Amino acid sequence: MTKLFTTTALLAALALPAFAPALAAQPGEGETLAENQDLKFWILDAFKSLDPQLTSSRTDSDMIRQLFEGLLNEDSTGAMVPGVAETWDVSEDGLTYTFHLRDSNWSNGEPVTANDFVYAWRRAVNPETASEYAWFMELMNLVNASEIVKGEKAPEELGVTAVDDKTLEVKLTKPTPYFLKTLSHSTTYPVPQAVIEAEGDAWTQPGKMVGNGAYVLQSHDLGVEAVAVKNDQYWDAEHTIMDEVKFITVNDQNIGLTRYLAGEIDWMNTLPAGRLPQLQQEYPDEAISAPWSCSYAYIFNLSDKGPEELKDARVRQALAYAIDRDIIVDRVLQGGQRPAFNWVHWATEGYTIPEEDWGQWTQAERVEKAKELLAEAGYGPDNPLNLSIQYNTSEDHKKLAIAVQQFWKAIGVNVTLNNYEWKVHIDRLNNQDFEVARYAWCGDYNEASTYLDYFRSGGYNQGKWTNADYDKLLADSATAENPNDLYRQAEEILIDEMALAPVYHYAMAQMIKPDIRGVPLENVMSAWYAKDMYRVAE
Amino acid sequence: MFAYILRRLAVAIPTLLLLIIFSFILMHLAPGGPFSQERALPPQVLANLNAKYGLDEPLWRQIWNYVYGIVVHFDFGPSFVYPDRTVNDLIASGFPVTLTYGTLAFVAAIMVGVSLGVVAAIWHNTWLDYLAVGISIGAQVLPNFVMAPILVLIFTLWYRMLPGGGWSFNDPSFWVMPIIALATSYMASIARITRSSMLEVLGSNHIRTARAKGIPEHRVILRHALKPAMLPVISYLGPVFVSMITGSVVIDMYFSTGGIGKAFVDSALNRDYAVMMGITILVGTLTILFNLVVDILYAWIDPKIRY
Repeated sequence: MTKLFTTTALLAALALPAFAPALAAQPGEGETLAENQDLKFWILDAFKSLDPQLTSSRTDSDMIRQLFEGLLNEDSTGAMVPGVAETWDVSEDGLTYTFHLRDSNWSNGEPVTANDFVYAWRRAVNPETASEYAWFMELMNLVNASEIVKGEKAPEELGVTAVDDKTLEVKLTKPTPYFLKTLSHSTTYPVPQAVIEAEGDAWTQPGKMVGNGAYVLQSHDLGVEAVAVKNDQYWDAEHTIMDEVKFITVNDQNIGLTRYLAGEIDWMNTLPAGRLPQLQQEYPDEAISAPWSCSYAYIFNLSDKGPEELKDARVRQALAYAIDRDIIVDRVLQGGQRPAFNWVHWATEGYTIPEEDWGQWTQAERVEKAKELLAEAGYGPDNPLNLSIQYNTSEDHKKLAIAVQQFWKAIGVNVTLNNYEWKVHIDRLNNQDFEVARYAWCGDYNEASTYLDYFRSGGYNQGKWTNADYDKLLADSATAENPNDLYRQAEEILIDEMALAPVYHYAMAQMIKPDIRGVPLENVMSAWYAKDMYRVAE
Repeated sequence: MFAYILRRLAVAIPTLLLLIIFSFILMHLAPGGPFSQERALPPQVLANLNAKYGLDEPLWRQIWNYVYGIVVHFDFGPSFVYPDRTVNDLIASGFPVTLTYGTLAFVAAIMVGVSLGVVAAIWHNTWLDYLAVGISIGAQVLPNFVMAPILVLIFTLWYRMLPGGGWSFNDPSFWVMPIIALATSYMASIARITRSSMLEVLGSNHIRTARAKGIPEHRVILRHALKPAMLPVISYLGPVFVSMITGSVVIDMYFSTGGIGKAFVDSALNRDYAVMMGITILVGTLTILFNLVVDILYAWIDPKIRY
C-alpha cells in the first residue's frame, strides 16, 4: 500500500483550514467561564435506544455522540476532524483505509482498541443483531457488507480488520468519495464487547453502560430526562469544560418554549412553525435560524401504478413552476427556510447548487409558463387535470398541501388531498400507491450524493423515476477527481426532467441561551458535541 | 356474594382472551408495520427483524406464542421500537407514574366535585348554587389541553413556583400541575352528577320523613341523602378511575411525565405491537376489576341490591 495522502493533505482536501479549529472547547480572549457548566437540551420524544448499532433516531444520536466517539468527529463547520483515529492513510486505488488509533480508554478504564471497532461494525451488519441501520455499512461500501446482511456470508468476513491494537484496516468494494464523512455516524461507533456480552440488552442502562465518549450516562428516566456527566477517562477530558449534559423531554413544542423562557431549558433546536419572527424581535440574542441538511418536495409517481398524466415531463414542470415558494417560506414556515428550485440542500459542503432558469423568474412568469406547458400537454378548461396529493398527519404538511392545492388550482389543476398517518403514508409510498406525495430527505452525511442517490435506479426512489445518464454520472462520480461537478450535472438532469417538485430547504429555527458558546450553527448536519461547548459568566 | 365475585372473575378470563385476540388481529390489519419507515429497509434486514420478533409466523401462531408467554412467564414480549427494553420494563417505568398522579387526581376530583355538588343541591337556586354550577361548567369547558399550557404559563413562567414538567417520585411539586389538569373536567362532571342526584334524593319521601321526625339537617344530609345520592356518581367513577390511572395522553405529553398514556398512543402510531397489547391488557384487566368493585360497592350502599 502506498501512502498517497498524508493526513494533512487529506484534511486539506476536506476543506479544513490549516489551523484546525477547536477540537475541544476553547474560550476566547476575555471570556470568563460560568460557575455552572451544564447544558440542558430539549428533546421532543423519549430515546428509543442508546445502543449505537441499534438506534435509528436522530434524537438518540444526539445523546450517543456524547457517550461514544467514532474514528472521526465533526467540527463546528461540519468538517471531519480526528476522533479515536489520530491519523489515517488511503491506498492509491482508494479501496483501503488504514486508521491509526490514539491511546484512549473506555469509561471503565479499559483501553479502546481496533478490535472494538471490528466488533461493533460486525455487530451492525450481523443479521442476528437486526439493526435497522445495517444498510449504513452497505452505504459505506464495506467489503461483504451486503452479503452479510443478506445472510450469505459470515459477519467475520466484513472488510474491517484489526492489524494490531492501534491499527484498523478497512476495505471497500469501490472508491467512495464520501467514505470519511460516514465515520462520525453513530452506527460506526465502537462498543465494549465484554460489557455487552455480560449485560445483554440491559447494557445501555445507567451504571452498566460503558462508553468512550466525553460523557458517561448517569441517569435515564425514559421519556422524562437523561443526564450524562463528564467522563474523566476521556482522552481529551482536560479540555472538556461542560460538566453535565441533561436531555429534557418535552413532548409539546409550545410548552418546551415556555419552559425555555422560564430557564428550565438552555437550547431548543426546533421551534413551532411561525414563531421565529416574533421571538427574534423579543430575544434577538437567542432566536437563531441555521441551515439544516434536509429538503422538502412533492414527488411524482412515475411507476406503472402512477397516473399517465404525470409521465409527461411538461405536466411535471408545470406543477413545479406553479408552486409559490415565497409564500410557503415567508408566510407559512417563517423559520429561515429557503425556497428550493433543486433537490440537494444549498448548504451542502463543497457543492454549488445548479442555477435553474426558472428559479430566477418571477412567480407570475412561472405561472404563465406553467399554463402554457399544460396547454401544450393537452390540458385546459375542457379537459382539466385531476390529481391527488398525499401527505402524512401534521399541521405543517397540511398547511402546505392546502397552499399547493390553491397554487395548482390557479393553473387549472384540480387537487384532492389525502391525509394518512405516518406509517400508512410510508407504506403507500413504498408500494407506489400515490399520485403526488409530500416527501422530505435528510442527508446521511454532508455531501451531495446522499440526496442524489435517492433518485438512482434501484435507490429508494419511491416515485420510480429513471434516467440512464443520471445513473451513469453517479456511478462515475465514485472515481472522479472532483465528484461535485458530476453531482451537479446529474442534478441538472433531475431538475430538467422534474422528477420531483422541490419546495424548500430546511433550516432549524432555534432558541439558545446567550451564555452558551460553541454551538455548531454552521454544521448543516447539526451534529453537536457538548465537549466543544461551554458557558460564559454573564 | 362470594360466589358472585368468583363467577364474575371466571367470566373475566374469556373476556380478556377475546380482547387479546381481537386487538391482535385489528392491530395487524392496520396498514404499515413496526419497521415501515421513511427509508424502506432492505428486504433482508426486514426479514431479519421480522424473524427476530417472530413476526414471520402465521397470525394464529403469533397469538398463541404471545398468550403462552404471558400465562407461563408473565412475559409481555419485547418492544419493537425500544430495542433495549421489554414491554414489562416500559410498563414498570410508566405505570407507577400514571398510577400516582391518576389516583391523587381521582381523590381530588371526588372531594372537590362531591362537595360542590352537595353545596349546590342544599342551597338550590341561591348564589352558592350558581357559583358551584358556574365553576363546574367553567371547568367542563376548559379541556386539559388548554388547561395544561395555561398552568405552565402561570406557575412556571410567571411565578416560577412549579417545574414546568418532568417527574420525580420524591418531589411533589412535579405532581401538582398534572393533578390539577387531569382532575378538573372530571371534578366538573362529578359535581353535576352529585348535584342532580342529590336534588332528586332531597325531594324524595324518606328525606321528608326524616325531616318530619326532627332529625338535625346535617344528619339528614350526611346519613340519609348523601349515601343514595352517590349511586350514580359511583357508577360513573368506576370507568373514570381506570381511565385516570392508566394515564391521559394529554397530561403525559404536556407535562412529560413519562407515563403510559403517551406510551399507549405512541405504540399505536409506531405499530409497536407488543407494547400496545401490553397496555391494552392492563387497561382491560383494570376495567373488568373496577366494574366489579363498583358492583360490590352498589350492594354495600343500597341494601335493596342483592347478587
